[in-house]
Amino acid sequence: MALTPQDVSRLAELARIELTPAELAEIAPQLDVILEAVASVGQVADQDIPPSSHAVPLTNVMRDDERRDSWPAEAMLRGAPAQGQQRFRVPRIIDDSDAG
Amino acid sequence: MSVQYSSDELMDYDEVMERFDVVLGLEVHVELGTRSKMWCGCSTEFGGEPNTHTCPVCLGLPGSLPVVNKKAVESAIRIGLSLGCEIAPWCRFARKQYFYPDMPKNYQISQYDEPIAFDGLVELEVDGTGYEVPIERAHMEEDAGKSLHVGGATGRIQGSDHSLMDYNRAGVPLVEIVTKPIRGTGTKGPQVARAYMAHLRDMVRALGVSQGRMEQGQLRCDANVSLMPKGTTELGTRTETKNVNSLRSVEAALQYEICRQGAVLAGGGRVKQETRMWNEAGGFTTAGRSKEQAEDYRYFPEPDLVPIAPSREWIEQLRAGLPEMPAVKRARLQSEWSFSDLEMRDVNGTEGALDLIESTVAAGCAPAAARKWWLTELARAANERGVLLEDLPIAPAQVAEVQRLVEAGTINDKLARTVLEAVLAGEGSPERIVEERGLAVVSDEGALSAAVDAAIEANPDVAEKIRGGKTQAAGALIGAVMKRMGGRADARRVRELIIAKLS
Repeated sequence: MALTPQDVSRLAELARIELTPAELAEIAPQLDVILEAVASVGQVADQDIPPSSHAVPLTNVMRDDERRDSWPAEAMLRGAPAQGQQRFRVPRIIDDSDAG
Repeated sequence: MSVQYSSDELMDYDEVMERFDVVLGLEVHVELGTRSKMWCGCSTEFGGEPNTHTCPVCLGLPGSLPVVNKKAVESAIRIGLSLGCEIAPWCRFARKQYFYPDMPKNYQISQYDEPIAFDGLVELEVDGTGYEVPIERAHMEEDAGKSLHVGGATGRIQGSDHSLMDYNRAGVPLVEIVTKPIRGTGTKGPQVARAYMAHLRDMVRALGVSQGRMEQGQLRCDANVSLMPKGTTELGTRTETKNVNSLRSVEAALQYEICRQGAVLAGGGRVKQETRMWNEAGGFTTAGRSKEQAEDYRYFPEPDLVPIAPSREWIEQLRAGLPEMPAVKRARLQSEWSFSDLEMRDVNGTEGALDLIESTVAAGCAPAAARKWWLTELARAANERGVLLEDLPIAPAQVAEVQRLVEAGTINDKLARTVLEAVLAGEGSPERIVEERGLAVVSDEGALSAAVDAAIEANPDVAEKIRGGKTQAAGALIGAVMKRMGGRADARRVRELIIAKLS
């Protein structure tokens, strides 16, 4: 398994988490232990058992296409660090949108 | 927009076609017209006050749980079936992680390696030749919010100081349709892409899953294109052009990119893999973000949503309920209406014309007359106003009523145009307009006869010609009578009277 500090550094970057070299050195081995522990599942689950993504064997949980009242905008904005014109204010965006 | 020109070198399109083969790829987002959002009951309605269609679910607040909108799944399956796709018997949603403030959750719920529909085929016709567009997949996902960039020049992202986010659109259901590489389009690549978009638009409308209005972002196209030198087999580097918001721009943007890439390659350069933005006003593309480094979205199965496993029965029930597909419908109506290929091409080439003519015919109008009014007088009016035919303030039934008045001899063609204008101006029903404006042709034979006599007297030389058998000269007298009658006469009746009096 062996998760390297480089792997953790890259993941931290992708997750927008700033880590100091000291934190990196501390966290990387810890994450490695966690992954090792989870990997032990492989000892009992054979090749013919597909990896599962959910703990319960449910499918097709759906709702009808019905509208329900939204929350008041001011309630939704209450938790925002900053706002303006009834919108969530966010820092300057540098990149182009890649929505979708 | 500050920049309206581009310094890109372009190769002549015909020369590119001689030297390269074009490979296209189209990614199209369809915004579904469901009443509620994909995972919550918030309204999908367009244009509400900022953040009034939001709740803890679509904002991704801690402790909230999404639940799938059944209608959206049904719409995705119906789209898949209409594209000739297989429907997955079991599939999951996936989290696509990226940090952009238009996604309040910092991830988009999408589908990754298990799309609900895959492996389809769309058959198209361009200028009488058939083309095939192979479909890779159609999958479900959610739309993003809208940003307002503040501090820069006229709302542009460049130079802005901060942005303000409205999440009303966040979580509105989308279906993304992705083609496989489209080859073998010869010189017609951009036209095939346009025809494909028109096909998708007509298809989603026929299905009733979306209004498919490109200008409102209900149908969005990312157009990929690459060139490979003739005789080679290795795919060239592609660019992806975004912001292509009309059928015309799909064609124009691809044509531009083809000419630009042709010049780059011919000059010994290499095409940079990047996202480009279509500049509608300037008619060119500009470099956006470089895509040299593959994105790392760290997809994983969405833990908050259980898999979708549509039963065979449900799929077959949806298949049985599919409407007639646009190409089939066009062929059927052409035959029912006895339109020539040329006549039908004009109908197909005018957005919305087919359905409007169909409704007008259903309201009792002859097909040829319905076609005439929608493609001439009303098309001109729509053009002048810069709107689509269907946005004109006139109903197909009113057009049929105008034609009924013409056929009854109450008004002539020229007066009919005046009536149509008046309907568009909001003056009411055609019948009321004819009555209130006194537009009906004069059927009083006495008045007509007197006007004909006066015209003959005023034009003795013309009258003499007609007496001598040159009946084609009657046109000049008809014009004179019309002038006297203020246009309110039936030209055919006037002609009959003139000939009768001079023979």
